[in-house]
Amino acid sequence: MSTNLDTIRDLAQQEYKWGFITDIEEERIPKGLDEDVIRLISTKKQEPEFMLEWRLRAYRHWAALEKSQAEPKWANVMYPAIDYQNMVYYSAPKQKPRLESLDQLDPEILRTYEKLGIPLQEQKMLAGVAVDAVFDSVSVATTFKGKLAELGIIFCSFSEAVRNHPELVKKYLGSVVPYTDNFFAALNAAVFSDGSFVYVPKGVRCPMELSTYFRINAAETGQFERTLIVADEGASVSYLEGCTAPIRDENQLHAAVVELVALDNSQIKYSTVQNWYPGDKQGKGGIYNFVTKRGKCAGVNSKISWTQVETGSAITWKYPSCILQGDNSVGEFYSVALTNNYQQADTGTKMIHIGKNTRSTIVAKGISAGHGQNTYRGQVKILKGATGARNYTQCDSLLIGDKCGAHTFPYIEVRNSSARMEHEASTSKIGEDQMFYLRQRGLKAEDAVSMIVNGFCKRVFRELPMEFAVEAQKLLSVSLEGSVG
Amino acid sequence: MIAATEQLGTYLESFTEFQKRAAGRDLPWLRELRESAFARFCEVGFPTTHDEDWRFTNVSAIAKTPFELARDAKVSKREVEQFGVDGPGCHLIFVNGRFARELSSIGQLPAGVSVNSLGEELSANSSDVESHLGRYLNIQRDVFSALNTAFAEDGAYVHVRRGVVLTDPIYLLFISTTSDKPVMTHPRNLIVVGDEAQATIVEDYVSIGETPAFSNTATELVAGENAVVSHYMVEREHRQAFNISTLRIQQGRSANVSSHSVLFGGGLVRNNVHPVLAGEGGECLINGLFIGNGRQHLDNYMLVEHASPHCASRQFYNGILDDHAHGVFHGRIIVHKDAQKTDAKQTNRNLLLSDDARIDTKPQLEIYADDVKCTHGATIGQIEENALFYLRSRGIDEIAARKLLLLAFANECLDRMAEGGAREHVEKLIHVHLLQIANSVTRLPGATVGVDAGRNLEEIG
Repeated sequence: MSTNLDTIRDLAQQEYKWGFITDIEEERIPKGLDEDVIRLISTKKQEPEFMLEWRLRAYRHWAALEKSQAEPKWANVMYPAIDYQNMVYYSAPKQKPRLESLDQLDPEILRTYEKLGIPLQEQKMLAGVAVDAVFDSVSVATTFKGKLAELGIIFCSFSEAVRNHPELVKKYLGSVVPYTDNFFAALNAAVFSDGSFVYVPKGVRCPMELSTYFRINAAETGQFERTLIVADEGASVSYLEGCTAPIRDENQLHAAVVELVALDNSQIKYSTVQNWYPGDKQGKGGIYNFVTKRGKCAGVNSKISWTQVETGSAITWKYPSCILQGDNSVGEFYSVALTNNYQQADTGTKMIHIGKNTRSTIVAKGISAGHGQNTYRGQVKILKGATGARNYTQCDSLLIGDKCGAHTFPYIEVRNSSARMEHEASTSKIGEDQMFYLRQRGLKAEDAVSMIVNGFCKRVFRELPMEFAVEAQKLLSVSLEGSVG
Repeated sequence: MIAATEQLGTYLESFTEFQKRAAGRDLPWLRELRESAFARFCEVGFPTTHDEDWRFTNVSAIAKTPFELARDAKVSKREVEQFGVDGPGCHLIFVNGRFARELSSIGQLPAGVSVNSLGEELSANSSDVESHLGRYLNIQRDVFSALNTAFAEDGAYVHVRRGVVLTDPIYLLFISTTSDKPVMTHPRNLIVVGDEAQATIVEDYVSIGETPAFSNTATELVAGENAVVSHYMVEREHRQAFNISTLRIQQGRSANVSSHSVLFGGGLVRNNVHPVLAGEGGECLINGLFIGNGRQHLDNYMLVEHASPHCASRQFYNGILDDHAHGVFHGRIIVHKDAQKTDAKQTNRNLLLSDDARIDTKPQLEIYADDVKCTHGATIGQIEENALFYLRSRGIDEIAARKLLLLAFANECLDRMAEGGAREHVEKLIHVHLLQIANSVTRLPGATVGVDAGRNLEEIG
């Protein structure tokens, strides 16, 4: 068994492959956070008055929280205190005012994407994916705009949406995650730089997967993304989000907010592959990923589905949630979280059943290796009016090595007698008999591990859109790989 | 925390008075233990719902009431008989937390078994008590344990020496009586079962009258190597009662301990079970049934600590909730770093019989070792309409059918209890209680649907 153990250890100690720093000119403001900074950000982004007002309200709320030391501490993660005044809250690549085509894009940025394996050109042609690439807070390229515009679909950067569609932004911004929601949501609301905005009008089925690549580039820049997706009655949309970030020594804070609104009979599918820099083998550096993601099934028969593959970040702390308000609405959550070396993940979901006959499914798979600590924390709440609500939860953990930990903290609160809910969880290591079976059939130890891990996560991968499924599988074997080709 | 200070004066007064007259007040170690526990209680106060461990249970009603230490009371033999504790074995009766020798029957015990009240044992033979009392219960973590330790004076003391097998159960009946003011009792039990010894203990909490009473009990159970111990906890006090009980189990190598809790009385009940599998190869079964109606609040808190390799633990809790009852299941398994080859399993199943009933369940796994097998599961549902239909189509009336299905659900827990006097005692109590519930659930809208359906069939026919 010793060779198996060695291989597993090797697999678990793969270096971060995507680390590099792009050298491009940046426009940034001094460190620190106060009302003037908020005003500056708002002015730089040429925002209307209501946005500035909103940001300031959020900032005041956050400042009050910070003063009363209300930064949440309950998560099962450990990190040194964050100095919020020692950060830069805005940075944007200096660029020409508008881009007509990809050729006009900064060649440096293009090269960055090529290293990441996302050639925009190719994707445009082959995959038929419209990519709204967010490069360090500001959108630099938006493709397939014409095709989407024909259908009335709005897919643009957040700042553009604020300028061009203020009525939509005003109506839905903060309707799912108000700035009073939590500490990091307040911070995000005050200083968010950019993000994506999607609006799918009534009865329109979005013909392609929408995707955005988030990157954190400038050192010491906390990135505060804000995404808002609205699916109007009978609309449907699938949105992909993928991330990689360069190697840095200093911890970077990432506090994003994602809001989804699904009206009557609409569907939203939100998929994430997150592979930010997890820190080195000693646990130095890495991204703090404190994200608030929430969707509201506001209308009847609406559906929101979250799928995530979390392999990066030093600390991941996110709970993509569904508020199932409309009758017969459906919430889904599929997740794979991998922690290696000194990574910590506290992730899970919340399913709040409010409407009648609402259904939710939770499938969470956690893999811990090295000194990784992986926590599933989820809440299923069935309120009194949620007659006929149904929930199925399954969370499994796989342990690789004897220094890691896997924890499960589900909260189940039921106030309706017609509710049916099931919760199952298991924790185990890769079985010696499974390894033996595969090796005995001539598989190398690392292939066997890879096969078992992929099998373990299969149920989640199946939910990913095609483009991502391949990438996610690759990412997982890479993250665990040592000698696997 | 604020709530605690409201009545701190009453507790301080009680404690000063208690220290002057309590049994064992001359023992320096005990004095010190009580004082440090009381200091801890004053320091942290009662928990609030902001405490993770008390998220679903609000104890402000306890914190706000000025409880005084219960006074001695007279209870007649006839009054004790109504509680039906009469099987073979030894019976210890406690009235308001104090041992009542005239009502108890210790009977013939085999050599090597001592059964006594803790108060008497403290004055007669304090060194045996000293080596165990307060050694296991964590007064830092749990404030109710601290409060109990501060006022620890009486309760049961059971010591089964090496290799002795006790076949009949030891019953401990705790009676709280009526009084003009709200009173509190802090029974403290110490059960030491030596290597290769076997014993069964039944703790039974009852009350006479309806005045608000607060029982804050704690039991330390020590099971030696290869010992086999069964512990039963029955809560059937009246609806004005607050009952916080803590069972702390310390298991030696290859010891086999089972804890069975049956809760159906009390207004606000919290039952803590905290086994520590300290020796290799230990086995632990935690089995529970909670049945609530009215406005009852029944909280089950389990903390299973796997501290050694090759141990197995099983938790099974079934809950039935009707009316406005609120049930809580909080199961936590911690597998320490060195506890390889741990096999832990946790299951919580709940039946909700009314729309106003509420259940909060929180099964948790915290695992720091890698070679383990841990699972947990929780389900919440109703009486299966198909099963009900099956029974009714065979000519069984609605109430009987419901009772049958509820009994089947409760029987899952009964089946895990070993045959014997203790199980029979519990079984009798459960049957009586379930019949009441089954009668009342016919009020449910679901039930009327059933009646309507019947009528429709007749019309069609």
